[in-house]
Amino acid sequence: MNEQAIKDLLYKLADDQLILGHRNSEWTGFGPILEEDIAFSSMAQDKIGHSLAFYTLLQELGEADPDTVAFTRNANQFHNSQLVELPNGEYDFSLIRHFLFDNAEIIRFEMLSQSSYEPIAKVATKLKGEVKYHVLHANTWIKNLGSSTEEAILRLQSSLNEALPYALGMFEPSKYEQELIDSGVYAGEEAVKAEWLKRIQAVIEKTELKLPDLESIAPRYGGRYGNHTEHLQPLLDEMAEVFKIDPTAEW
Amino acid sequence: MYGGGNVFEATKFDTLQNEDPAKLAEFEARIARGEKIEPTDWMPELYRKQLIRMIEQHAHSEIIGALPEGTWITRAPGFRRKMAQMAKVQDEVGHAQLLYSAAETLGKSREQMLTDLINGKSKYSNVFNYPAFTWADSNIISWLIDAGAIVNQLANAKGSYGPYCRALDRICAEEAFHLKYGHDAVVHMATGSPKQREMIQAALNRWWTPIMHFFGPPDKMSTHTEILMRWKVKMASNDDMRQQFLDMYVPKIWELGLTVPDPNLKKNPETGKWDYTEPDWEEFKRVINGDGPCNTERLAVRRTAEERGAWVRRALLHPKAKYVKPLA
Repeated sequence: MNEQAIKDLLYKLADDQLILGHRNSEWTGFGPILEEDIAFSSMAQDKIGHSLAFYTLLQELGEADPDTVAFTRNANQFHNSQLVELPNGEYDFSLIRHFLFDNAEIIRFEMLSQSSYEPIAKVATKLKGEVKYHVLHANTWIKNLGSSTEEAILRLQSSLNEALPYALGMFEPSKYEQELIDSGVYAGEEAVKAEWLKRIQAVIEKTELKLPDLESIAPRYGGRYGNHTEHLQPLLDEMAEVFKIDPTAEW
Repeated sequence: MYGGGNVFEATKFDTLQNEDPAKLAEFEARIARGEKIEPTDWMPELYRKQLIRMIEQHAHSEIIGALPEGTWITRAPGFRRKMAQMAKVQDEVGHAQLLYSAAETLGKSREQMLTDLINGKSKYSNVFNYPAFTWADSNIISWLIDAGAIVNQLANAKGSYGPYCRALDRICAEEAFHLKYGHDAVVHMATGSPKQREMIQAALNRWWTPIMHFFGPPDKMSTHTEILMRWKVKMASNDDMRQQFLDMYVPKIWELGLTVPDPNLKKNPETGKWDYTEPDWEEFKRVINGDGPCNTERLAVRRTAEERGAWVRRALLHPKAKYVKPLA
């Protein structure tokens, strides 16, 4: 199996989890209700933990150790989708992003748990049980707020419209896409996207929100190839602020 | 974290004169026998008031306390610290949730408590009006402020009000991990590079006064708390808790080669107690009354969070909002 293709996939998975985990953790102390502070913090911990699991697989393939990989790369070396690096904004944006991201992530994890590449299959099998709860959390809140006050519905609709181009960017094909599909690593991003669409539609139908016609939306690609918004580098600088005081020190 | 240094209202004995003497005697007898008072049991108004005040202050201290440490979640160096710092601060917010629920059993709603916090009517632990300048400050908080809180909370867990005691039992179990985490982080700094050692010593110097303040003013300055002790609302005197803390932690601080910024700090072989320089209690009063380095900022952050989240709470309360079972 092409090791470069596997590494590319692992970086994509790990970087998405790390950056979104970091963003989720920014809600600690600022949630609209205490229970949501706690929920976003739980998901942050899971996601950072998941990123660590994938960086550890990368280390086994000869890449640097997880701390070095996570805390010393520049934005243009990151493979996350632009969706996860956007600032948290208001709670409605964070919730919509969480809904769009995790409904895709669970599908990726389900597919990867059947992967021909065994180390990924093992990790994905173990972690998908956690992502399941993230999806439940997102879907519950979308259904609840999505059929409540006019104010809430307007906010969510506007965030949905804003996030969708970036959400479609999650499915940007890798340059090894066909190889990954042919060798049975997973069914590829087009397949993830098709299933994702069904699942998010099913939830949105239970609310007063409207899903815009996705065909008319240009996806925000680039993240998988190191092209990012202006928001990623400041996030990384903040993350590495203490680490870089002395990268050789044990903290 | 983060209970401690509670501010009690001066007890007004005249309010007790309106209570039914027979009920009051039975209430006091129950407490003396070591029974717990439960939400639906009879209790004097003064007891209810003081407990709401104490539990509410404790809950506020948890969410405000999450702010100085929360700042360092996104900057924690390395995966191990990043995950632990997140979990630790999350615990504190969880403690607030538990404590607001305990206080609600006495008849004040969470929303009202948060409103009083933002308006400055309710207090929270004084130490969180000081900034956490560096990662090392956050480590000192995790270790020593949590240590102080454990001293306070272990005592209060033996108090008379059932819901508060049960919340404290759960909180103390988690605090024990925070203490280990904080200690481990401080050990790494204190035995690390010269830069790390310098950072941790500077943080300890900054935090020593707030730590000494943490347990509240000396007993000789405190308002009369005899009745609160008899009712097992307050379980140990401020000075006793401070002595217990010094006894447990000063040797551990010295063991790491760190210096406590008080030349008079030593254990007196005759009394068996610690001698120390009284921290500036005027500063304590100033800060608790709103004039500390971070009071305005802390409340502003809390206010912003409340305001930004208001639409969510309105939506949840809206009659159109359907309860959605969190099931697949």
